[in-house]
Amino acid sequence: MLGWIDTLLQGILLGGLYSLYATGLSVIFGIMRLVNLAHGDLIVLGAFLILAATAAGAPLILAFAVVVPLMFFIGYALQSALLNRALGRNILPPLLITFGLSIIVQNGLLETFSADTRRLDIGPLQSASLPLGSGLAVGLMPLICLGAAIGVIVLLNSVFYRTPLGRAFRATSDDVEIAQLMGINNRSIYALTMGIALAVCAIAGFFLGARANFDPSIGPARLLYAFEAVIIGGLGSLWGTLAGGIVVGLAQTIGAHIDPEWQILSGHVAFLIVLVIRPRGLFPRAVD
Amino acid sequence: MAVLETRELTAFYGDFQALFDITFTLDEGETVAVIGANGAGKSTFLKAIAGLLPRPAAAVRLDGRDIGTLPAYEIVKLGVALVPEGRRLFSSLSVEENLLVGAYGRRRGGAWSLATVYQLFPMLRERRHSPSMALSGGQQQMVAIGRALMSNPRILLCDELSLGLAPIVIRDIYAALADIKARGTSVVLVEQDLAHAMAVADRAYCFMEGRVSLTGRPQELTRDAIHAAYFGL
Ligand SMILES: Nc1ncnc2c1ncn2[C@@H]1O[C@H](COP(=O)(O)OP(=O)(O)O)[C@@H](O)[C@H]1O
Ligand SMILES: [Mg+2]
Repeated sequence: MLGWIDTLLQGILLGGLYSLYATGLSVIFGIMRLVNLAHGDLIVLGAFLILAATAAGAPLILAFAVVVPLMFFIGYALQSALLNRALGRNILPPLLITFGLSIIVQNGLLETFSADTRRLDIGPLQSASLPLGSGLAVGLMPLICLGAAIGVIVLLNSVFYRTPLGRAFRATSDDVEIAQLMGINNRSIYALTMGIALAVCAIAGFFLGARANFDPSIGPARLLYAFEAVIIGGLGSLWGTLAGGIVVGLAQTIGAHIDPEWQILSGHVAFLIVLVIRPRGLFPRAVD
Repeated sequence: MAVLETRELTAFYGDFQALFDITFTLDEGETVAVIGANGAGKSTFLKAIAGLLPRPAAAVRLDGRDIGTLPAYEIVKLGVALVPEGRRLFSSLSVEENLLVGAYGRRRGGAWSLATVYQLFPMLRERRHSPSMALSGGQQQMVAIGRALMSNPRILLCDELSLGLAPIVIRDIYAALADIKARGTSVVLVEQDLAHAMAVADRAYCFMEGRVSLTGRPQELTRDAIHAAYFGL
């Protein structure tokens, strides 16, 4: 019994990490209708940049504080210089660019950091845990990660739903042609969107590196989990994305509890089951 | 002097040419109707002015200044607002948010604010927090007009305001348009409905297959002339 409760807790906490993977993807898709195939690799890039900053002597927290805005600027530049040029009615060109980007990032990381597995050194936090009584405990770092996932969503939602800039984001998402008639420069909205998504990638990369080993090749699997979380949650809702992340996390830990070999497969099976039962996801947006 | 002018304006959708050398003027405070059959190029004309379609650099002038190279989001800041055909409200935004987003790029002072738009369309105040898609067609049209006004335009481009609306609602919309004109706003009014357009217009252009087929003051244009200009008979 206690084993099951522990499994469920671990699953929810793992869901926090998957939700962080998925939030940037969800924002990009929601506003630009673009699937960023390099998303997982950009998360791994975030982890490596933090690693490189700590290797250069920066304390972990400083490395994090520098890499998050750095990734924002990389995203902003990437969208303005590259992806905005491929905008148009045809969705294939931007998709192909992100596919190429995925390969470039993976190979760039391989070239720079080699194929060795790495881990961020988070010191005593690594093993710190919070006792819940009757023998149960949760790791402090996974708990912080879930808190960060929720915090990111609260922050993004308050920007999207409570500020003039956020209205411009939503208007652009609804109807990009008419949005321009309101004085909204859709290209700069898109650049900001990519910047925000990559900043969240950096946060996700931090928790990825703090929680598990990583190497340049693991991006595509993160993309897959993120993608599943977004679809399960329903397009257009960040809270849905959190729920989707938790569903994938729970499915994986429950699967692993039954048989360790089932961990990854169970996540995918849960995804398929949700797709069959609710093709539009758990929390689809009311319109469109 | 003309506030808005087009000279040999052309527009294309891919290889298809939708407008041929349209020469057009709008004077300060004037209301000009653009009429013509479905597919004549009226919406294309408004979109080309508003900057939503590529057009020759010197084909559109505002106060004598070429604006043919400016993107749509810059043109609205110069005081040219478009009420698009079919309303095109932002579906995930509430009524009030639709109005507020209309002021997003506002660079101009002027009479329009949430308060004055609600004065013009009191019905909208009661429904300000409704999702925009929950409104009736007439109310949605009011939101679309209000949204355009929020940028404090001096030139309002209206595309088929009466499309799909009941006569009594059309009357309300046109009453509001009279208020807007009374504040000195110049208006380009695209309509398929001749009677309404001719009743408020100072001048009219009739489009046929992407060309101006007739122009003049409403009282000078006979039914037969308009009929011929509409259908090329
Ligand atoms: N997005 C588009 N792509 C291709 N052709 C278009 C498009 N929009 C309009 N057209 C064509 O351009 C011509 C003029 O259309 P439009 O300006 O919408 O006419 P109107 O508003 O007078 O009914 C029509 O032949 C129409 O089929
Ligand atoms: Mg039209």
